[in-house]
Amino acid sequence: MSENDLYIEGAPVRDEKAPEGPINERWDKRRFSAKLVNPANRRKLSVIIVGTGLAGASAAATLGEAGYNVTSFCYQDSPRRAHSIAAQGGINAAKNYRNDGDSIHRLFYDTVKGGDFRSRESNVYRLAQTSVEIIDQCVAQGVPFAREYGGLLDNRSFGGVQVSRTFYARGQTGQQLLIGAYQALERQIAAGTVTMNTRHEMLEVIVVDGKARGIIARDMVTGEIETHFADAVVLATGGYGNVFFLSTNAMGCNVTASWRAHRKGALFANPCYTQIHPTCIPVSGDYQSKLTLMSESLRNDGRIWVPKEMGDDRDPRQIPEEERDYYLERIYPAFGNLVPRDIASRAAKNVCDEGRGVGPGGLGVYLDFADAIKRMGRSAVEAKYGNLFDMYQRITGENPYEVPMRIYPAVHYTMGGLWVDYDLQSTIPGLFVTGEANFSDHGANRLGASALMQGLADGYFVLPNTINDYLADGPFERLDESHPDAVAAKEQVTSRIDKLLSIQGSRTVDSFHKELGQIMWEYCGMERSEEGLTKAIGRIRELRAEFWRDVKVLGTNDELNQALEKAGRVADFLELGELMCIDALHRRESCGGHFRAESQTEDGEALRHDDEFAYVAAWEFGGEDSKPVLHKEALEYEYVEMKQRSYK
Amino acid sequence: MNITLRVWRQKGRDDKGRMASYELTDVSPDMSFLEMLDVLNEKLTLENEDPVAFDHDCREGICGACGVVIDGEAHGPETTTTCQLHMRSFNDGDTITVEPWRATAFPVVKDLVVDRGSFDRIIQAGGYISAPTGTAPDAHANPIPKPDADRAFDAATCIGCGACVAACPNASGMLFTAAKVTHLGMLPQGQPERDARVVKMINQHDEEDFGGCTNIGECAAVCPKGIPLDTISQLNRDLLGSLGRGNG
Repeated sequence: MSENDLYIEGAPVRDEKAPEGPINERWDKRRFSAKLVNPANRRKLSVIIVGTGLAGASAAATLGEAGYNVTSFCYQDSPRRAHSIAAQGGINAAKNYRNDGDSIHRLFYDTVKGGDFRSRESNVYRLAQTSVEIIDQCVAQGVPFAREYGGLLDNRSFGGVQVSRTFYARGQTGQQLLIGAYQALERQIAAGTVTMNTRHEMLEVIVVDGKARGIIARDMVTGEIETHFADAVVLATGGYGNVFFLSTNAMGCNVTASWRAHRKGALFANPCYTQIHPTCIPVSGDYQSKLTLMSESLRNDGRIWVPKEMGDDRDPRQIPEEERDYYLERIYPAFGNLVPRDIASRAAKNVCDEGRGVGPGGLGVYLDFADAIKRMGRSAVEAKYGNLFDMYQRITGENPYEVPMRIYPAVHYTMGGLWVDYDLQSTIPGLFVTGEANFSDHGANRLGASALMQGLADGYFVLPNTINDYLADGPFERLDESHPDAVAAKEQVTSRIDKLLSIQGSRTVDSFHKELGQIMWEYCGMERSEEGLTKAIGRIRELRAEFWRDVKVLGTNDELNQALEKAGRVADFLELGELMCIDALHRRESCGGHFRAESQTEDGEALRHDDEFAYVAAWEFGGEDSKPVLHKEALEYEYVEMKQRSYK
Repeated sequence: MNITLRVWRQKGRDDKGRMASYELTDVSPDMSFLEMLDVLNEKLTLENEDPVAFDHDCREGICGACGVVIDGEAHGPETTTTCQLHMRSFNDGDTITVEPWRATAFPVVKDLVVDRGSFDRIIQAGGYISAPTGTAPDAHANPIPKPDADRAFDAATCIGCGACVAACPNASGMLFTAAKVTHLGMLPQGQPERDARVVKMINQHDEEDFGGCTNIGECAAVCPKGIPLDTISQLNRDLLGSLGRGNG
């Protein structure tokens, strides 16, 4: 199988919405050029928002406050449970409260560099500008950020940067930000501007005359397949890390909403860009259902090491200082333990591949707080990281105040996602995509504490100032359920469900999901190669065929049926996984989270090929059993000079 | 480890429900309680029996989705969420009884899954600060004394799992309500709506058929996030003050 057999190259794609001119004026320009909707007319315009994480809840609350008629969906029993809640470390903002040389331009620069020059300058600059307002907004809502004794906000530093610009709320920043957005959302539900549908899963998008006009959703309690119309649809449905089965994502996180939109014409950009987080609790057995992240903030005070000698299985406390290899401090003296995530993860993999890993199966490295406890005292460490230490102890049964933690990288975030323009609109007019579900701001690698920033920037400040440009042409023609496009979308959903329930094969959904995850982790994980990816594509195709022949889903559609829900999601992962491998195969360079074995420097660092690959790979669904079509969006850098990243 | 599970099975809201017994062998002490249920479900599926429905999502103890009563205790023998409970807390040969939260305000949807929409409606009634997007002053405009910020934070860590209700003999939702009243009431931003908030939230709490609070303290004892019982005293103080000022 050669690459040419796998995809077709189509016409280039361009972001038509980003204004020209000085970068710091572009967002102002766009807000001014976007058409507005008179407050009195907003009530007549309806918006569907799928997902209630930071990007979805903030958008629903804000558009509700503005007076639009919003209908919101989430698969959980309450919007407060979306997986943004699990983010621990913090949220970046260019406030420069520490007077340490930070600025909007520096946050912009760090993010473009951290993304390994594979993101758009205009988008990232806007993100940095907006970051400042996010903190103000969250404080006003009552988000209890960490404070100092003078009553002012505290900051800490994070991987990949040399300033302290991260705002945090103990180790529960995502929870506190999400609860803030959730409360704003609930306020709008009470006010009647937002209608909330919990335990609903979007299974199809309705496209009429080329425009997104609604969704088909399944009521997960009754099984009813519902048709919902609107003038615009927003997907805030998160990332697709669960394609790996084991990840730090919540069990329910899935790609279905994005994938269904992709199949209806939305381009999917950079699917192979996945972030492997360096500080997770290692796998303990084959029953393992998910991996747990330990906040990267631990790298501020913890020191990462492995024994110098292979196979040294002494109690870590018995290994003397000179027989330890603090490999990040050794290889990257300037950034030490605070190098970006992709670099820290790969370094951990390398030392484990050398046979110097620790713990079960040799898949782990130490994260040691002994020096920090000596320096700051145990109580200071406890105040800063207490809940993380407790969590570690609960899961592993080991006390990290006394024994060094063991950590290993795990899939954590997906930078790829649906392609959007500067307005966050996909290639389907009227279909907007926010937060992790889109591809826009992080390039090939996301910096720590930037996911929360992007989710809230999109939902509070960007989308509410761009969607009006589209809605100003509405309200669009009123539709009813008998419209042929709605009927067809509903029919697709019901026939797929019927199919899943009728196979009655011999393998459980989870067994397929685990097998897919193993293929993806082995061949499309921390290191990818032509040989491995080619093998993976073949195996995924076989597995997909087997799934549709032999999956076993019990029960009916007319009830709460968790196996049926999972089956639909795994079916979509089985298609996405192949596209990820094709994308990874075609990108014959290493950049950010995408490391190609064939493209590295002499000392094993990632090697980009800007002459060939400085573009966004936006994939078009080619049709059932047909090849995907690649559309390239060229990336140009006017404000940041492209260079190979160095954290040495 | 080998264990016997007694699990509540209920097809839907109107089904009467029953206990069912299952044997599980080769349970690893390092499994989480929910991973043990995963293993049970894989086994049931292959035996053509409907898997047990239970709510769960993040499996990191923060989303609040999971929660079952284990041997009569909300979230089981450790003070944590069900997803963070591990089988090392049990012994080989144990019989473990698993039931859903039981409360009028949390009707059973299926098996171990309940409807906690009543909590969302309590928040809708007033559990927020009205700060529409774009209206905020600079974040440093209002310094907050650290003790107030810390007390607000301690209350804000509530994950809305509902263990407090399940543990309470009256099935009261007072700890949940008090946590939000305390979180927002400790902050300067929360003052303008403080009097109205507590009255509206309590009224909604009562309307949802949660029981009254009689200060038993089971709620705080099982709370996986350690929400302090004195938030309820704070709520009572706020409520009295508010009523005295002519609200409600």
